[in-house]
Amino acid sequence: MRVVGQPVRKKDAMSLVTGKPVYMDDLAPKDCLIVKVLRSPHANAIVEEVNTKIAMKVPGIEAIYTWEDVPKHRFAQAGQTYPEWSPYDRLILDQHVRFVGDAVAIIAGEDEACVDRAMKMIKVKYKVLPAVLDYHKAKDNEVLVHPEDNWESKFPVGADNKRNLCAHMEDSDGDLEKTFADCDIVLERTYHVPAVNQAMMETFRTTCYLDTYGRLVVFSSTQIVYHVRRIIANALGIPKHKVRALKPRIGGGFGAKQTVVTEIFPAFVTWMTKKPSKIIYTREESQIAGSPRHEMEVTVKIGANKDGTLRAFDLYNLSNTGAYGDHGPTTAGLTGHKSLPMYTANMEAFRHTFDVVYTNVLAAGAYRGYGATQGIFALESIVNELASILHMDPVELRLKNVVRQGMTMQAYSNEVARGCRLDDCLVRAAEMIGWKEKYPVKDMGNGKVRSVGIAMAMQGSCISYVDVGSATIMMNEDGSYRLAIAAADMGTGCDTILAQMAAECLGVSTDEIFVSGADTDTSPYDSGSYASSTTYVTGQAVVKASTELEKRIRKLASQMLECEIEDVEFDGKQARDIKTGKSVTAEEIGYKAQCFNDFALQVTESYTSPVSPPPYMAGAVEIELDKETGHLEILNYAAVVDCGTVVNPNLARVQVEGGLGQGIGMALYENIQYSDHGKLYNNSLMQYKIPTRLDMGNLHVEFKPSYEPTGPFGVKSIGEIVINTPAPALAHAIFNATGVWHRSLPITSEKIAMGVLKNREFL
Amino acid sequence: MLRIKEFVKAESLEQAYELNQKRTNRILGGMLWMRMTNAQIQKAIDLSDLGLDKIEETEDEFLIGCMVTLRQLELHEGLNEMSEGLVRNCVEDIVGVQFRNLATVGGSLFGRFGFSDVLTAFLAMDSYVELYKGGIVPLSEFAAMKRDNDILVRVIVKKTKGHYVYQSHRNTKTDFPVLAVAASKMGDEIKVSVGARPARAVLFAAKDLTEDSVCQVAQKVVTGTNLRASKEFRSHLAKVLIGRAFVQLRGKEEA
Amino acid sequence: MIVSMILNGKKIADEVSPDMTLFQFVRKHGCYSVKCGCETTNCGLCTVFLDDQPVLSCAVLVARVSGHKVETLEGLQKEAEEFGRFIADQGAEQCGFCNPGMIMNAIAMFRELEEPTDEQIKQYLAGNLCRCSGYEGQLRGIHDFMEYKKGGVSCES
Repeated sequence: MRVVGQPVRKKDAMSLVTGKPVYMDDLAPKDCLIVKVLRSPHANAIVEEVNTKIAMKVPGIEAIYTWEDVPKHRFAQAGQTYPEWSPYDRLILDQHVRFVGDAVAIIAGEDEACVDRAMKMIKVKYKVLPAVLDYHKAKDNEVLVHPEDNWESKFPVGADNKRNLCAHMEDSDGDLEKTFADCDIVLERTYHVPAVNQAMMETFRTTCYLDTYGRLVVFSSTQIVYHVRRIIANALGIPKHKVRALKPRIGGGFGAKQTVVTEIFPAFVTWMTKKPSKIIYTREESQIAGSPRHEMEVTVKIGANKDGTLRAFDLYNLSNTGAYGDHGPTTAGLTGHKSLPMYTANMEAFRHTFDVVYTNVLAAGAYRGYGATQGIFALESIVNELASILHMDPVELRLKNVVRQGMTMQAYSNEVARGCRLDDCLVRAAEMIGWKEKYPVKDMGNGKVRSVGIAMAMQGSCISYVDVGSATIMMNEDGSYRLAIAAADMGTGCDTILAQMAAECLGVSTDEIFVSGADTDTSPYDSGSYASSTTYVTGQAVVKASTELEKRIRKLASQMLECEIEDVEFDGKQARDIKTGKSVTAEEIGYKAQCFNDFALQVTESYTSPVSPPPYMAGAVEIELDKETGHLEILNYAAVVDCGTVVNPNLARVQVEGGLGQGIGMALYENIQYSDHGKLYNNSLMQYKIPTRLDMGNLHVEFKPSYEPTGPFGVKSIGEIVINTPAPALAHAIFNATGVWHRSLPITSEKIAMGVLKNREFL
Repeated sequence: MLRIKEFVKAESLEQAYELNQKRTNRILGGMLWMRMTNAQIQKAIDLSDLGLDKIEETEDEFLIGCMVTLRQLELHEGLNEMSEGLVRNCVEDIVGVQFRNLATVGGSLFGRFGFSDVLTAFLAMDSYVELYKGGIVPLSEFAAMKRDNDILVRVIVKKTKGHYVYQSHRNTKTDFPVLAVAASKMGDEIKVSVGARPARAVLFAAKDLTEDSVCQVAQKVVTGTNLRASKEFRSHLAKVLIGRAFVQLRGKEEA
Repeated sequence: MIVSMILNGKKIADEVSPDMTLFQFVRKHGCYSVKCGCETTNCGLCTVFLDDQPVLSCAVLVARVSGHKVETLEGLQKEAEEFGRFIADQGAEQCGFCNPGMIMNAIAMFRELEEPTDEQIKQYLAGNLCRCSGYEGQLRGIHDFMEYKKGGVSCES
């Protein structure tokens, strides 16, 4: 391949490194109304009265809206394909506020100062209700988070708002009890992952204005323009054609911007006032009213033979969706669906059951890994625990059990692992970290020990039978191309990667493909960039469209050359009749398309997939741990990924490194702490500590690409899987260093040191 | 959000002092902490033009103006040579270079913040503060004083021959400390300062550098719980970090 | 109140409120490269040069800056491009939102330290958070840039 597989520079790179104004707030209309949200100080309360009289008198205030002013039909804020699995449990503003930070009023004014002043002057009378703050006690609690009768679940996910249940589902195969009974060893453990935050550097933000036709333009930092259009139109109760959604460059998403977190507020303001408006969430708002990972408690039970043959798996996760059910049912499904299949080789029976419960804390959403992360932390940890109990090398134990190419994955809807090199990834990661020499631990003689840990991961490459990716490609008159997409480049580089694919098909360089989007007025329909689907699904649409366009170019050329299309060869620069040697240039074809021509050199294609081929990876970490202070230094992290064909090695590598960074943060540093009244303390980057470059260690990334026959050029995905290994690998290394298993994240230095002390007492 | 009605660039300390007597007026330090508060300030008093951004070295002391930044402290050769790097060690983990280019030593000390690395470290040296009205006061005394409307003009560090060490434990490298310990041995005098307990730093004396002394001092350290760690962990750390500080001091003594 | 300063080489004067920050001021004057990622002086996105020193513009009152010199990436386009190419060649710019602040501080570092070690680089840039890259690609870009400065590695323009 000529272009696919090359480390092409990102199309927007030089704009970004030189600080060009390409983000939402750089481009928002200058005379925007500033929109802010007054938030509830209570975890569960009824708004009895909102007095806005004095606040409205503040000079510059345009409007203040309360629950009485907004439409009364509920909608889902999760960016998912209709009908969403997420329940319709939101109003723009609700009289019932359900977490500390829930929206009480929308304030719009000409500048920040007047809006801040007005906010202080709004008098709210709350009837404070008892709150459900412990998710273990949420199901069937007498306090209901969503008692309302117009709550609706559009999909049979076992939801029941009268039980605080956002979803309950089960998936199983094989005779579980019989297999467990027949196993030499059965192990059960419970693990916990808190509601960690994406903490993308650009907080949530949206600007809105009306266009020439009086339509509502929603210009937002979003991963999902088409879902934004649908959700906003539904929430406002206006036709879809009245809304246009588009995005500029996005300052990071990681799933956070797969939920309509801010869009609805300025959309409502602009629709009501007809004036441009914008909202920019503070970091505090992003932390306390964003869309973090679902807190989960995962109980996993595995059955094995003494020789390490893993035969039976029972996984239950209790997921805390918080006050609203955005992405609740779907994330919890991934916890088993995208972890258990890694151990397909000797699997005889499995069961995955989950409950997703409502509580009075902020609603969770989508975060890279999407439920799989929680499941993989649990599953990979218990497998490491089993290896320790069986006195087996955890790498050997895994090699005995991992899914291999060609296997049918019982716990993955019986999909076949068509392209799979998980075994190679594992062997290589172990080799890179020096597993044989370093496992399990080495005493450094100064109170410090060095140890290693390992874990594997999988993910999907789309939502099978759901996601739709589309591409429109058009030849310009000079033989260059315009590629229109509604997948969202959020820094990941999909504009460039998709251009590489088109360039590969059309015989040109990436520079000759201009990529535009995402814009519901000009881009063909795409579900959006999430579920690791862009390269795999939208990529295939690009290949389909480019291949078809190439055919049309040859067809037009054949008319120009007066020959059969079968005789025309097109190499990107010219089309040649192989029989006569006569040729026309791409430019001539391009101009021909614009003159007395009824044969468009423009093609739109969609793609959808009945399968979601998993990428696989292995991560191995080497740490130095101070047993007295619990301080942990990551020395090296080796990651080996099978994401199928690597389209752009630079961008793929940085995806891995970035994902490891977030995974390390979740494993060690990023804490989520609530007050007794449900107030989140970790509400800033001062109190929510994401890793700095001093907290990371050296990352070493390699690829072991399989060839996925259903993917464009053999690709699978890489965006999400990369966050999954650090937590279990680090927990393993910490066990090897201290003899203590930590089953709840983050594993802080305090937990490590106190664990060592306790273990000593115990010994 | 911080609101300021009027900005006053002080032309003299006397003017600044006068203005500062009003409760709604406030002297500006590096602004790093103040900007996060919701203070409504009538007059914000800026000392930038009073030449207090210099470190002066005399034969037996360093005179550090209150507007000297943490970055200046970090890079000052004389001060770091005298303190055996204590000064650099106590500031180099604070957020980042851009932050330390703004944060002032006066702001750090005047605030007497519980999390302060700077207060912890300076307490272990032979340090004094020069207050505009209050005159020269030992830092340890100042640290225990209630906040008032005086102005911290300079910090004075005596060039007392001795050994100095700094130990801190942090959850991430540039975070506030979970616990900070500075220790010194000047002649026979051994000082141990413990900060981020999480309450403000306090100074202890030790009679020698033995394990017993470590336990004795550590036992006196009153700790508490906050977001970063529990009381129990801090008490454990106090013992570990004081122990390590003493080992380092013993090493320096022997060298 | 009126403040005047040299912003990116140009003398400007403007009426400001006493609590306006330098961050708000430079954005108001078209320096959109300067971003805000937190409100707690932790992220480094708003880094500008104040009298040649990198500082967090979100924590500086513009009133204090009157009579001083301020530079943003808009005023350092040549240096940004020269160094930025090496970040781009790693794909390490990713979402790009933290880049201007990081590049400003890196420029400050290159001016201050002749040949920084990895430890010094990490220490100097520790106050620049990035959530996309895992920092490793930025470090590779810095290495390549340093090589290029010594006359070694070249790169795509």
